[in-house]
Amino acid sequence: MGYRGATLSEVTPLSVEDVSFSYAKKLILEKISFEVKAGSFCVLLGANGAGKTTLFSLITRLYSPSSGHIVVFGHDINKHSEKALSRLGVVFQNPTLDQDLSIQQNLKYYASLYGISKHETMQMLNDQFPRYLPECRLNQKIHQLSGGQKRRVELMRSLMHQPDLLLLDEPTVGLDINSREAFIAHVRELCSERGIGVLWATHLIDEVGDDDDVIVLHKSKILANDKVLALVNRHGAKSIGDLYLKLTGLESNKWRSDENGIAAGAVR
Amino acid sequence: MSAARYIHCLKGIIVREAQKFLQQKARFFASLVRPLVWLFIFAAGFRSVLGVSIIPPYQTYVLYEEYITPGLLGMILLFSGMQNSLSMVYDREMGSMRMLLVSPLPRWYLLASKMFAGVCIAVIQVYIFLAIAYFWEVYPPISGYINVLPAVLLSGLMLAALGLLLSSLIKQLENFAGVMNFVIFPMFFASSALYPLWRIRDSSELLYLICKYNPFTYAVELIRFSLYSEFNLQSLAVVIVMLVLFFLVAIYGYNPSRGFMIRKQ
Repeated sequence: MGYRGATLSEVTPLSVEDVSFSYAKKLILEKISFEVKAGSFCVLLGANGAGKTTLFSLITRLYSPSSGHIVVFGHDINKHSEKALSRLGVVFQNPTLDQDLSIQQNLKYYASLYGISKHETMQMLNDQFPRYLPECRLNQKIHQLSGGQKRRVELMRSLMHQPDLLLLDEPTVGLDINSREAFIAHVRELCSERGIGVLWATHLIDEVGDDDDVIVLHKSKILANDKVLALVNRHGAKSIGDLYLKLTGLESNKWRSDENGIAAGAVR
Repeated sequence: MSAARYIHCLKGIIVREAQKFLQQKARFFASLVRPLVWLFIFAAGFRSVLGVSIIPPYQTYVLYEEYITPGLLGMILLFSGMQNSLSMVYDREMGSMRMLLVSPLPRWYLLASKMFAGVCIAVIQVYIFLAIAYFWEVYPPISGYINVLPAVLLSGLMLAALGLLLSSLIKQLENFAGVMNFVIFPMFFASSALYPLWRIRDSSELLYLICKYNPFTYAVELIRFSLYSEFNLQSLAVVIVMLVLFFLVAIYGYNPSRGFMIRKQ
């Protein structure tokens, strides 16, 4: 599926190089640079309005950067978008399923957009569907599903073309605690078992693990980018939450308020 | 990407449009009721008032019902094109448009496939309308039913491309009512769909000029001539040129680096 010029370990799945983006004379992202390595779970941590969704829109070529480059498996997203996009799986922040169509109709449509044949699609559905939604039927309409089930359909959909890089933009918003934990655990499993690189955007501190790579995005800029433990130690912080406060200069009580959109929670 | 992938993609988009269309049965009937009301009521009322002289492609005097049939076929295509535009704005607001645009096939191909899928549905409506019109004394030659197909496809694509272009300009679903007032009705009424151009010229030179520069007029004339197995080069040329023009501007509108998409995502 897609371009396979080199092995996963040889080429960096995602490389964002000096990317800036402005709209209506407002700078939304300023000289953003980072990488997502194969098999790594990389958390893009930032409050609401930090620029996470804009960054996702740039990586998926919904927008084009004002300057800089975004390279997916060696392919510049703006010059070789077909090769780059074929390696990406995406779960957007807002649901993107057709509510009036069934699970099967939604998944088949998506598979067709990636040029997957009907036969291959059915094979994939028979293999994967019982794993993701054992309690559902393929002909069930999307509007009949719960929030967690919809998210699982979206995750399954994003993996249908066997991507090597998965982008998830606040995918657990609206899920209950159990669904959220199960969802995160499954994506981590994909990461370690299949070697898929994951870029996980969130404003929830407790979704960040000790071994994860973390990118702290604040007011259009990256403030820190490294392994969580390394950053915590380097800055003499007690936890990732504490680190976030130190880096952003926010006060604890302010941080906890909804205004800033970062939810409190212990680092796992 | 191999040709098979492009074909799977096109098939998938057509199937989705058909599934969505079948979900909205009322939309199917509404799209047929509109031109049928014009045929059954408006045309019947005007039959005695409006006389249509012998003008190409007609070989003899025709009933007013027969004259406006190509215009009503154009009306089906026009409303279908605008319906697709509405559906694109809706898809954009609901998010499913994102999934289309982040898939790896070229964006122009994805948008063209979406346009084509919408036109395929409209073609079915056109033939159902022609079948009903047959029982209302609208008798084009048998060969016309076949010859009209490429004309309907081309005209449908031109109007779908216009719809695509509008969808890149419309910021919110609520703004679609404006499209009805400022695009659909002027386009339909200021054309040769309801009256021959010479009759319009008798009434107003300005209106005649507006009708003459309205691309919908050429879509209707292309359908009219094809339905009577005649060829109209001027209409064909205008429809093709406008199709290419509308499509190119629409692609520009959906281009992530230059277009209008950013305002609505």
